[in-house]
Amino acid sequence: MDLTIFNAVIAVVIAIAFAAANAAYLVLAERRGAGRIQRRPGPNVNLFGILQPPCDGIKLMTKQLMIPGGADKALFMVAPVLAMAPAIMSFVTIPFSDTIVAHSMNIGVLMIFAFASFGGMAILLAGWGSRNKYGVMAAVRAVSQNISYEVPMLITVITVVMMTGSMDLREISLSQSGGIWNWNIFPISMKDGFMLQPMMPISFLIFFICSLAETNRAPFDLGEAESELVAGFHTEYGSMGFGLFFMGEYANIVIGASLITILFLGGWDCPLGLYPGVWWFLLKIYLLIFSFIWIRWTFPRTTIYGLLNLSWKILIPISLFNLLLTAGLLKVF
Amino acid sequence: MSGPIHIRKDETFTLNVGPQHPATHGVLRVKMEMDGEYIVKAETVLGYIHRMHELMGENRTYPQVLPNLSRLDYLGAMGYTHGHVLAVERAAGIEVPERAEYVRAIMVELNRVASHLFWFGAFVMDLGGFTPLMYAIEDREYILDMLEAVTGSRLTYCYFRFGGLYNDVDDDFVNAARAFIPRMRKSLKKYDALVTGNIIFRKRLENIGPISAEMCRKYGATGPVARGAGIDFDVRKNEPYSVYPEFDFDVPVYHECDSLARYKVRMDEMEQSLRIIEQGLDKLPEGPIMPKKKPKLIKPPKGDYYQAVETARGSFGIRIVSDGTKNAYRFKLRSPTYSNMSLFDEACEGMMIMDALAMMGSLDLVIPEIDR
Amino acid sequence: MGAYFSEIFLGLWSLLIGLGITFKEFFKPVVTVPYPFKTIKMSDRYRGHIELVEDESGEPKCIACMMCQRACPSGCISITTKTEKYEVEVDGEMKTKKRKILIGWDLNFTTCSLCGQCVESCNKDAINFSKEYNLASFNKEDFHFDLLNRLKERNS
Repeated sequence: MDLTIFNAVIAVVIAIAFAAANAAYLVLAERRGAGRIQRRPGPNVNLFGILQPPCDGIKLMTKQLMIPGGADKALFMVAPVLAMAPAIMSFVTIPFSDTIVAHSMNIGVLMIFAFASFGGMAILLAGWGSRNKYGVMAAVRAVSQNISYEVPMLITVITVVMMTGSMDLREISLSQSGGIWNWNIFPISMKDGFMLQPMMPISFLIFFICSLAETNRAPFDLGEAESELVAGFHTEYGSMGFGLFFMGEYANIVIGASLITILFLGGWDCPLGLYPGVWWFLLKIYLLIFSFIWIRWTFPRTTIYGLLNLSWKILIPISLFNLLLTAGLLKVF
Repeated sequence: MSGPIHIRKDETFTLNVGPQHPATHGVLRVKMEMDGEYIVKAETVLGYIHRMHELMGENRTYPQVLPNLSRLDYLGAMGYTHGHVLAVERAAGIEVPERAEYVRAIMVELNRVASHLFWFGAFVMDLGGFTPLMYAIEDREYILDMLEAVTGSRLTYCYFRFGGLYNDVDDDFVNAARAFIPRMRKSLKKYDALVTGNIIFRKRLENIGPISAEMCRKYGATGPVARGAGIDFDVRKNEPYSVYPEFDFDVPVYHECDSLARYKVRMDEMEQSLRIIEQGLDKLPEGPIMPKKKPKLIKPPKGDYYQAVETARGSFGIRIVSDGTKNAYRFKLRSPTYSNMSLFDEACEGMMIMDALAMMGSLDLVIPEIDR
Repeated sequence: MGAYFSEIFLGLWSLLIGLGITFKEFFKPVVTVPYPFKTIKMSDRYRGHIELVEDESGEPKCIACMMCQRACPSGCISITTKTEKYEVEVDGEMKTKKRKILIGWDLNFTTCSLCGQCVESCNKDAINFSKEYNLASFNKEDFHFDLLNRLKERNS
């Protein structure tokens, strides 16, 4: 597909629409899921709460945007945008199926991770710019968290890229097609000759944990930590500033789930090799998002040092070992 | 983990935790001198919800103070009214029928379970887990329903009277309480698997917030805080009152001195309370609930009277100095949480804020009871 | 090294147990009541604010003895009476006697602590608890109940 200006505009509009719709209705899904887990119905007025997200949106948009005195106005305003924009940009290169992709790039993986790093930046600016002690503490926490979790995440991605031989997300998906046994999550691959990589399920787990941490989801939501830091980096945000952070968080979750699906769960491939298509992709990402919600409402929050210990003492050594093992196995098979 | 810390005392900032802060569960204010995430010095500031219950106790007649006592601690109100009625009964020499004593013990223990359940939920919420709170509230709701059916109110009971009870328990209550015990035991197992065993939870509490026995003695901490530090002291055993000597129950004591020990003490206490309720229901005698002859106007003879009871938060003491009139000359409340909280300033020095707030949760603070 | 790996595995296992519990709860029925649409019945002994009790003729049983006003810890009951002279025939002789007539029975519910001392102190069983709990208002004045009027409204 040629990338004309017209095409690009359409792609961006669709990406924004998809991200916004997902963000709005994932909030509802999260609240209803949390409700079910806690034996209560959640928002259920007017047809299972269908109108809840628009109402929330109207409420947020009609509120006054308050800028606290002494805050760095520019940074304060730019931070929410910075939280939302990279998430939307990342949608451009995600292949929803063999044909549905806005712009397939041969460095798609790199681009998504480059944009994902903006998330930490947004939190830092928000915390710093709002001139709030809780905000600054949350910002510092979130940045150290993002830095330490990008390392094992990228190492894990490198193992997958090494096995596939491509950084194009579409290529990575296609290399896993043909049934559940070809997916990267399984230790054995029969796609191009026999290949055994016993560590793959563990890589999946590492990547899953890292995407939880990257999206600042519980149990790693130290940037928010509502029982310690009030609301963390968005303590001073109200109105749509808060709304954008909220939407950015959920858009990032969709990106995270899509990446896990593409890198480990075969993308749009059907488990039995039948009727591959976008429906399988959506089913997989929503199952993953459900597990994110499920995890959030089950576990207490980790501590900041517990989180860093997990990254540097457990995840990084294991993923490094995994990288070496993969390199060796690629030589053998 | 309060490991080796190098604190720069020259570059600190002050952080106001409270009076409105999600972790303080009320209007407690903690002024923290912070070095990054580490607390250099903390100072608790009280008095935001002071209502002068002691002065009210001196200006009102003895029965009129009764509703005040349940406003001290809205989570375990039964225990506090129990303390008051026992103190006045001791002062005025009122005999209590046996049935009333048993019903009182059952009610206090039920309320203790309810209080611990709510603490459990709120504590896990302090640590960031929201769901256990909802499960705990669901179980607590059964207790509140039972208590409401008997006493008429859900939180601030005014059920005990000098010499007996406001009204008698019926068979419905006895059956409901009997049915509740196995249900609660099942729930405790669930909490054990969901929370106590959880690695994140354990990592956040093990060896965090050490409060030694020495520190407890220094500040007069009682209840689960002291028992988590290895002090085997329970007013129900050490200075028995009411019908507690009739019951067979253990006092859980842990020697680890950390937040997890205090957590475990409370979880074990719930089981012990269930045992007391079980025995109380079995032994519940028939008979009147109010004494036959009771003075119309309560005027204790001149003297100084003290009664301590074990509430959900520790040893609660009431001192009544009577000058022979219908009002007390001095009405002193020794609230357990006040002492338990006092040690927070010293204990949290050098800790990280999230550990300190986890420790604060493990102290089980109820702010209206501190300020009273 | 062994401890390192066993801690990881036991930790993961404990997390899975927790997930299993919440998953089971996910499919259990909800236990809450959607409050404004559905309400629960209050128990018989529920203590709402107090109400006057009427006798057979529909008049309040209250004889204005002021026992409840004296017993109330928060002083939220105010009973107003007037003295009325009336004549009665005693031993064939007309005598003038005084009696108290109840003209106002006000409850200031904002300070009431629902302790039930007034109901207990009443010798004539003239007050009891209502079962009302939907008492929310923007005005403080809405909680100053004129119980005599309420009784009349109930009867009419």
